[in-house]
Amino acid sequence: MAAAVDSPAIAVAPIPRPPDRYRTFTAFVSWAAPASLILIVAVLIQQAWPSVTRFGLGFLVGQDWNQVTNTFGALPFIFGTLVTSAIALVIALPVGIAVAVLLAEPGQQGLRGALGTGIELLAAIPSVVYGIWALYVLAPWALVHIETPITDHLASVPFLGGVPRQTSLFSASLVLAVMILPTLAAVSRDVIRAVPRGLRESTVALGATWWETTWRVILPAARAGIFGATVLALGRALAETVAVAMVIGNRPEIPHSIFSPGYTLAAVIANEFVEATGDVYQGALVEIGLVLILVTLTVNVVALLLVHSAKARAAV
Amino acid sequence: MRHNLMRRFSSNFAMAVMYALTALALVPLGLVLWFTIAKGLPAVTNLEFFINSQRPSGIPGSGIANAIVGSAIIVGLASVAAIPVGVLGGVYLAEYGSGRWASWVRLASDVLVGAPSIALGLFAYALVVVPQHHFSGTSASVALAILMLPVVIRTTESAVGLIPNGLRESGLALGLPRWRVSLQLILPAAAPGVITGALLAVARAAGETAPVLFTALGNQRLSFDPGHPMSTLPLVVFRDALTPYKDLQQEAWGAALVLVFMVLVINLGSRWVLRRQIRLARQL
Repeated sequence: MAAAVDSPAIAVAPIPRPPDRYRTFTAFVSWAAPASLILIVAVLIQQAWPSVTRFGLGFLVGQDWNQVTNTFGALPFIFGTLVTSAIALVIALPVGIAVAVLLAEPGQQGLRGALGTGIELLAAIPSVVYGIWALYVLAPWALVHIETPITDHLASVPFLGGVPRQTSLFSASLVLAVMILPTLAAVSRDVIRAVPRGLRESTVALGATWWETTWRVILPAARAGIFGATVLALGRALAETVAVAMVIGNRPEIPHSIFSPGYTLAAVIANEFVEATGDVYQGALVEIGLVLILVTLTVNVVALLLVHSAKARAAV
Repeated sequence: MRHNLMRRFSSNFAMAVMYALTALALVPLGLVLWFTIAKGLPAVTNLEFFINSQRPSGIPGSGIANAIVGSAIIVGLASVAAIPVGVLGGVYLAEYGSGRWASWVRLASDVLVGAPSIALGLFAYALVVVPQHHFSGTSASVALAILMLPVVIRTTESAVGLIPNGLRESGLALGLPRWRVSLQLILPAAAPGVITGALLAVARAAGETAPVLFTALGNQRLSFDPGHPMSTLPLVVFRDALTPYKDLQQEAWGAALVLVFMVLVINLGSRWVLRRQIRLARQL
C-alpha cells in the first residue's frame, strides 16, 4: 500500500497558477523611479551637448566664465562646491556623531525622544528658510565673531587671510553644516543601533565605563557605517542650492581665502539659468548640472552601499 | 583606586561633552524658529498679507495670495501625479520586494532622494518649458512630482511592511485574489502611515525653491492657470530676501513664517499619527 502512495503515477502535476497580473502591474509602475533617474541623466546630456562638444574635458579645468566671449569653464564652481562641502563636513561631523551616539543609547527615552524630534524638524525646514536666516542672521554674526578674529590673528595662514566678507565660502559652509547635520545624525544613529547588543553588554560586563564602551567598541564597530553616513551627508552638501546661493557671494573665481565670496555648481545654475541666452551659455549651465548630478549620484550610491553593508554585517 | 576614579571621571566628562555638542546641534533649530517668528510675525498679523497679491516696493497692502495659490496648484498637480504612482510602487516593494528588480527600484529611489533638486528643474525645463516656449506651473509640477516620488515609494513600503502577515494570510485563505488582499485589506490598514508619507512628501515639495526657479518662474499677479508662470511661497522668500527694500524683506520673512508653520504642523502631526500606527500594528 505504502509503495502505491509513493509511486510516481499518483503524484499530481502542479496546478498551473494564473499569471499574477497585479504583480506585473505594480512592478511596471515601480519602474517610474529608475526610469525617471535614467531619463533625467539622458535629457541633461542631450541639453548640455553644445557645451560638451565645444569645450570638451577642458570645461572641468577652465577658469573663465565669460558670457561676452562665450568661454565657459567650471573650475571656480567645482572649487567652491568642494571647499564649502568639506568645511561643512568638518564642522558637522563631531556634532552629528555625538547626537547619533546619544540617540542610539539603549534605555530610557523621554529626553531623547524630544531630541530626535528636534533633529527631524531641523531636516524638515525648507532650505530657502535657512537661506534667509543665514543671510540676515548667521552671516553677519559670523563676520564679527568668527571671520574677523581669524583673519586678524591668522592672516599668514593660506586661505585664512584677506578681507573678511559677510557673503563668503565660510558663511555658506556654516549654513551647509547645519543643513547636513540631520542626515549625518539620523543615518549614524541607525548604524550604531545595528551594532549587536551583546557587544555592548559584554564590554560593560568586563567593567568598561560608558565612554570606554562607546569609544573603543561601539564606534569602531560602526565605523564603516558612520563613514557611509558622512558620504551621504557630503552628497546633500554638494547638491544644496538656494541656501548657498543666498550667502556665498556669487563670484565666479577661485578666491584666495575662505572668507571671500565664491560660487558653487548648484548656485550658478540657480542664479544665471533664466537669463542665459544662446545655446552655448545655456548648454554650459546644463553641463554644470550634469556634472553635479553625476557626482552626487556616484557619491550617493557609494554611501548607500556602505551603509547597507555595514547594517547587514552588524545584523549577522 | 585612583586609576578607576580617573576612568569614571573621564567617562562622565566625555558624556558631558557629548550632551554639550548635542545641545549645540539644537541651537540652530531654535534660532531659525525664533528669528522666523520674530521677523515674520509683523507681516502675517496683517490680514491683507493673505488676501492681496504682491505689489512693488513702496506700495502698501502687498500680500502673498498669488504665491499661496501658486504653491497649492503646483504642489497639488505634482501630488496627483506622484502619490498614486508612488503608493503602487511602494506596495510592489512591500508585497513582492525580495527580488533583484525590487532592489534596483529601492536603490534608484534612495539615489533619487539625494539627487540635486536644481537638476530636476533643468530636466523639467528641457522636457516641458522648451517645447511649450514659455514657463508654466505644470512644468514645476513635473519637477516636484519626481522629487516626491521616491519619498512616497519608500514611506509606503515601510508603512505596508508594518502590517502583520496574518492579515494577508487570512485574506488569501478566504480565497481573495492578491490584488484585492493588497488594495482592499492591507492598504486600508496601512493608510495612516501611507497618508503620513504622502504628506511629508507634500511638505518637502512645497518648500523647494530650486526646481521651480526656471519652471514656474514667478508671477506678481494672482493666477489660477497652471499653463502660465506662477509664483510659489519659496520663490517669494528667495527673490524678496535678496532685494535691498525693507518692505519686501519683511514680506520674505512673512512668507518664510508661513512655510515653516506648514512644515512644522505636517511633521509634528505625522509623527503623532505614525507612533499611533506602530502601536496599533503591534496589537493586531
